[in-house]
Amino acid sequence: MTALMLEGILLTIITAATPLLFASIGELVTERSGVLNLGVEGMMAMGAVIGFAVAHSTGNIALGVVGAIFAGMAMAALFGVVTLIFVANQVASGLALTLFGLGLSGLIGDAFVGVPGAGLARVSIPGLSDLPVIGLLFRLDPLTYLAVAITIAVSWFLFRTRGGLILRAVGDSHVSAHALGYSVIRVRFMAVLFGGACSGLAGAYLSLVYTPQWTQAMTAGRGWIALALVVFGTWLPGRVAVGALLFGGVSILQLHAQALGVGVPSQFLSALPYLTTVIVLVIISRNRALVRANTPAALGQSFVPDR
Amino acid sequence: MELILGRADSARPSRQRPESPPLLHAVGITKMFGAFKANDGIDLAIRPGEIHALLGENGAGKSTLVKILYGVLQPTEGRILWKGQPVGVPNPSAARRLGVGMVFQHFSLFEALTVVENIALALSDRKSRSALAREIEKISLEYGLPLNPSSVVADLSVGERQRVEIVRCLLQNPELIIMDEPTSVLTPQEADDLFVTLDRLTARGCAVLYISHRLEEVKRICHHATILRHGKVVSECDPQKETAAKLATMMVGAEVRRLSSDLPPPQNTRTRLSVRDLSLPQPHPFAVALNNITLEVKAGEVMGIAGIAGNGQDELFDALSGERTCGTAALVSIDGKSCGNIGVTARRRLGAAFVPEERLGHGAVPRMRLSDNVLLTRHATGDHLLRGGVLDPDAARQLADRVSRSFDVRKGTPDPEAGSLSGGNLQKFVVGREIDRQPGVLVVSQPTWGVDAGAAAIIRQALIDLARSGSAILVISQDLDEVLEIADHVAVISKGHLSPSRPTSGLTREEIGLLMGGMGEPLAADRGAVHAG
Repeated sequence: MTALMLEGILLTIITAATPLLFASIGELVTERSGVLNLGVEGMMAMGAVIGFAVAHSTGNIALGVVGAIFAGMAMAALFGVVTLIFVANQVASGLALTLFGLGLSGLIGDAFVGVPGAGLARVSIPGLSDLPVIGLLFRLDPLTYLAVAITIAVSWFLFRTRGGLILRAVGDSHVSAHALGYSVIRVRFMAVLFGGACSGLAGAYLSLVYTPQWTQAMTAGRGWIALALVVFGTWLPGRVAVGALLFGGVSILQLHAQALGVGVPSQFLSALPYLTTVIVLVIISRNRALVRANTPAALGQSFVPDR
Repeated sequence: MELILGRADSARPSRQRPESPPLLHAVGITKMFGAFKANDGIDLAIRPGEIHALLGENGAGKSTLVKILYGVLQPTEGRILWKGQPVGVPNPSAARRLGVGMVFQHFSLFEALTVVENIALALSDRKSRSALAREIEKISLEYGLPLNPSSVVADLSVGERQRVEIVRCLLQNPELIIMDEPTSVLTPQEADDLFVTLDRLTARGCAVLYISHRLEEVKRICHHATILRHGKVVSECDPQKETAAKLATMMVGAEVRRLSSDLPPPQNTRTRLSVRDLSLPQPHPFAVALNNITLEVKAGEVMGIAGIAGNGQDELFDALSGERTCGTAALVSIDGKSCGNIGVTARRRLGAAFVPEERLGHGAVPRMRLSDNVLLTRHATGDHLLRGGVLDPDAARQLADRVSRSFDVRKGTPDPEAGSLSGGNLQKFVVGREIDRQPGVLVVSQPTWGVDAGAAAIIRQALIDLARSGSAILVISQDLDEVLEIADHVAVISKGHLSPSRPTSGLTREEIGLLMGGMGEPLAADRGAVHAG
């Protein structure tokens, strides 16, 4: 019984962490290129609704996931055009993107409210999935595996490939990167699109796996948490993944604690994940050298080539 | 700038401009920015194996021309011939493919990345990091440019950063290297090392286009000079055959004003700035601790503090300006009032003014307009910039205009952002903003850093005039000629110690050099160790 309960808790933690991981890894890549996209919440909401709509009308969940990726990328492309080509302020444009995404997703999703959806089936890896407790890690849905794969791939790309080096260079000093002949705008646009695709996946995870249905504003602030996690993880993929698990873990454990009737006000327990995030952020910011070495120096600055 | 004495120029072979067809020939280059002609029909021919100086005042169009040659900007008219063939240089990668490399004045390095990563970014062929690191070590040995490939650039000194840029250039096997004021950020020793590297380069047939304000240096190392004024070529010459004064005249278009200090420094006046036995520990591991600094500046005089960069000048400036306060008030006093424990604004209220070394980011906020920058240092000193606690933008603009007029600050629009001014013009503005106040005490660090001869003369004259009107001026400068030219007394700072001051009259640069040399010996030993390693 306890092993089963432990498995249940573990599973809920992982499913709570996965959408955060998708969104924050995408935002991490965007920010490493020097662009601050505050529209994660909006892109996630669009991913969620388009993912659900496509899956429901075609009956094919995989198509739904692809639809969600494209929805996130379309939103990101809009942001990219506005901030990179028309050089609008990134903070204001990102906030607008969130409001726009939440509103538009509500409009599109109106017809789907209350429609039951089909969840994505889990994939069992033979042999490993029968192990006690940790066997659970090999009986997850495919999107969770994808999130882990993306995290590893991003880490490898950023620090082991030339493309990743160029991306970090553009985020460190766009003027120098331009002087060396790299196309700052193109690199950033691609990073923004990747961020959008990941946010779309995060949304699809919510509406196709986490709670297989559509409700308005079902992202419930996860986009903002993802943004905080990027800072929390000092722009390093591994740390961001740990942050996502920690936040997911605390938010699930407090639910269980509430269910068990621990003598602590429920409001305090609900605030616990946020409180934990703030405290860890403060502790991490104390290591100035680490933060300085990894913060993209050009973050949020618009680039206009002088020619 | 030559602080090391006894290094005879005769040790160098006489410099003959090589007789060969030009490697790069720019023909009729014109660049318009709106209605403004930054370059106007410029012809420039650079031969292989020569160091070709490009001289001109700030705003003469040197940087624009160089950016065109390197493909950062496109010319409005004109063409570029490379080994006699017309070529297009649409971007820096195209320039690099031709064989043109560039070392930037403000380095184009990525601070968060390592040396090897920075260099990999500039190379088009994809080598493994370890192979590249070995190549960097080989080149740096060959040209005397010691570097550790795995250091992060943010932790490197300015001289080391320049080495990264040069090595990065060399790895691309360039036939022409463009250097934009390479020595403006170097210590004299580092500059000497650079000249040795340049000699090795030209010996192999590489050409160098060398931009510098330092005419003595140009005379010493360059084979040929092209002089720009207002975007046009006004003269070409062999700099070794001209005097520095003649070169300066060609750049400015009129005789450079000799400084006049008709009035001798007044005698037995009151002390306006004094520091007694000031010691401060290092604020961070790369800084210098101040040891028992004692100095006194009297009304009417200019006191100069000479010394090699990084010997405590910044720390001394911070202690004088109040950016760093010391526990005991009596250690620093302005007009007899103890002020060691109070901050910058409070010291300004006592009648002092301060001009820090870095004009961008420290002396002025690049993204703020000139009128806003005026407010930053003068809001609290009774200049009527506040009306009942509310900023008066008109008054600030008028003040900015007055400073611009009296210091000949050239600007494109009436109230531009500070960052849009050229270095020399911003320096005139930053110094002028404080002098305009007629402060009783003025502490200024590197007043003419990276400024052309004409603007430097204006600034130096203004400092002397302010002193003669009864103020006390302290000039911290690495430019020995400047110190000798304007200071009445001079002291030397070395490793956080300040020598007793001596009257400048009758003092020769050799004597100061010996003073520095004597105090600078441990420094030379350190350098030897670095080179061996």
